[in-house]
Amino acid sequence: MIISVASGKGGTGKTTVSVNMALALGAGVELLDCDVEEPNAHLFLNPVIERSERVETPVPLVDLEKCTFCRKCSTLCRFNALAVVANKVLVFQELCHSCGGCMAVCPEGAITETGRELGTLNFGTRGSIGFINGQLRVGEAMSPPLIKRVRAAADPERLTIIDAPPGTSCPVIAAMNGADFILMVTEPTPFGLHDLKLAVEAVRLLGIPCGLVINRADIGDNKVFEYAEREGLPILLTIPFDRRIAEAYSRGKNIVEEFPEWRERFVALHRDIEAIIAAKGKAVACAK
Amino acid sequence: MREIVIISGKGGTGKTSLTAAFAALAKNSVLCDADVDAADLHLLMQPEVRQRTNFMGGCKAVINPALCTGCGICRDLCRFGAITELFQADALRCEGCGVCVDFCPATAIDFPVQRCGEWYRSDTRFGPMIHARLGIAEENSGKLVSLVRKEARQLAEQHDADLIITDGPPGIGCPVIASIGGATALVIVVEPTVSGIHDMERVVQLAAHFKVPGMVCVNKFDLNLEMTEAIEQLARQHNVAVLGRVSFDPAFTRSMVEGKTLFEYGEATATWQQVRDIWTQIINSPSMNPLGIVDFKATIQ
Repeated sequence: MIISVASGKGGTGKTTVSVNMALALGAGVELLDCDVEEPNAHLFLNPVIERSERVETPVPLVDLEKCTFCRKCSTLCRFNALAVVANKVLVFQELCHSCGGCMAVCPEGAITETGRELGTLNFGTRGSIGFINGQLRVGEAMSPPLIKRVRAAADPERLTIIDAPPGTSCPVIAAMNGADFILMVTEPTPFGLHDLKLAVEAVRLLGIPCGLVINRADIGDNKVFEYAEREGLPILLTIPFDRRIAEAYSRGKNIVEEFPEWRERFVALHRDIEAIIAAKGKAVACAK
Repeated sequence: MREIVIISGKGGTGKTSLTAAFAALAKNSVLCDADVDAADLHLLMQPEVRQRTNFMGGCKAVINPALCTGCGICRDLCRFGAITELFQADALRCEGCGVCVDFCPATAIDFPVQRCGEWYRSDTRFGPMIHARLGIAEENSGKLVSLVRKEARQLAEQHDADLIITDGPPGIGCPVIASIGGATALVIVVEPTVSGIHDMERVVQLAAHFKVPGMVCVNKFDLNLEMTEAIEQLARQHNVAVLGRVSFDPAFTRSMVEGKTLFEYGEATATWQQVRDIWTQIINSPSMNPLGIVDFKATIQ
C-alpha cells in the first residue's frame, strides 16, 4: 500500500506527518522522501544511511565519425537539446528530456547515450523502518525523473509512506500517481486553503481517495473546515499550534517522541486511512 | 532596472507575507508572482485584472483510434510509459517529446499545443502586478515563470518603475532556476529549524551556481535563537549578506486572513520596524547598487 503525503502549499507539515506516522507504525514501513529539491525527512527520522547511488538520466552522445549532419535529430528534438552547425553537433545536455528520439531517428546509428547526473539516491534504516530519499543535484532543473527513481526503488511488500514536494505541477504528480491514498496536510489560513483547493483538484484528476490533516488548527480562520465539509473531505487528524511542538521541530525532534500521547493518534490516522481504502475497494467490487 | 527575487528553498517560511510587506514599503515598483504553481500573492494584493492571456505550453500526443493500426511502435519507443495497452496516450504521463508522433507509420497521432494556464496583467494598491496560474498537473512551469518575469520587466519599463519585486517558488528545481536567472539579487527567507538551515544551504549553492548575489533574513527567529545564529554564521561563510531578523508574530497570519499586508493590520509593532529595517538593508545593499550609488534619485536632487 502507498500513502502519499502532499499539501499544495509548502511548510504546512508534510514531513512532520510522514515521519511521525512512520515512527508511530514502526516495523513494516518504508518512508520515501520524494521532495528531492529540498529533502528533509532524514533530518527528523535520523536513519543510518547504508548506501548511496548516483542517478543519471540518458542524454545523447554523437559520434562525429559516423554523423552525416543530416539534421534529423535536431529537427525531431522538441526541447532544442541538439543543434547541427556546419560540421558540428552541439548537445545541450541540460535541455534533454531523455526521450531517446534522436537516437531512434539517426539513420547512421551515430548517436549513443551517456548520462547527465540528476542527483543521488540514499538508502537507510531507522530500526525496522526503511528509508529512501532522492537528493537533486544543485543546478539540475528536472526533478520528476529522480522522483520516479526513488519510487521505483521502493519495496512493494511494505507500507510505503511518501513525503511529496509542495505545489501542484509535475513533481507532485510524480509523487502521487499510483498511490492508494493521498493525505493532504494543510493549515487553516487563506494561503493554506487556496493551495489545498488546487492540490485537491490534482488528486481528483488522478482519481485517488484523499483525506486531510489540519496542522496549526487554531490559527487563521474556519474556512478550511467549511471547505472540507462542503467537499466531503474527511478530516483525519488536527494538530493544534503549540509553541512546544514548533520548538521541538526546530531542533529536529518528533512529536511522537517528545509527546508520547501523540503516538496513538498517528496509529489511528493510519487505521482510518486503511478503512477508507478498504471501503473504496468494496465499493469498486460492488460496482463490478 | 533592478529585480529582487524572494526565495527560500523550504516552503512556508514567509516568502509571500514578506514580499507583500516589501511591496507596501517600496516606491514605484512592479510586483511579480513567480510561484506560478501555487500562487498566493494575489490573496494579499487583491489585484484588479486588466488583461488575461492564455499560456500555451508544450504539445501532447493524442492517438486517433480511426487511423491507429495497433502496431505498437509508439509504445515501444515511449520512454515515459504514456501509451496504454489500448493505444491511448495518457496526458499525465506524456512528456511532449513527440517521438510517437514522428514514428507512427499510420500518422495516427496528433500533437496539439496545450493551454497550460493563464497569466494576468493587473493593478493593485501598490502598483502594477504580473501573476499567473499554471493549470493543475501541468508541466512547463519554468517557461511560465520566464514569461511572467519578462512581462514584469516590460510593465516596469512602461511605468518607468526602476524596481521589480518577485515572489519566487520553493525548492531549487526548474521554476526556481527560471526565477533567479538574471535577477539583481535574491532575498532568502529562512526559518530557524533544522530543515530551514538545510534547505537554505542548497539555495545558497544554487545562487552561487547561477552567480546571483544572495542575502538572508531569518523569519520567526525567536523560535530557536541558537539556530538563528547558526544560519547567520553559515550565510557569512558563504559570503551572503545577513539582512536581519523578524520575530514570530501571529499578526502575519491575522493580516493574511483579512487580505492585508503586515503594515495595514492593527497598530505599529516591533515587527513592523524589523521588516522596515530589512527593507532598508535590501535597498541600500551593495548587490542592489553595483555602482556604489546608494540612492540615485537622492544624489541627483
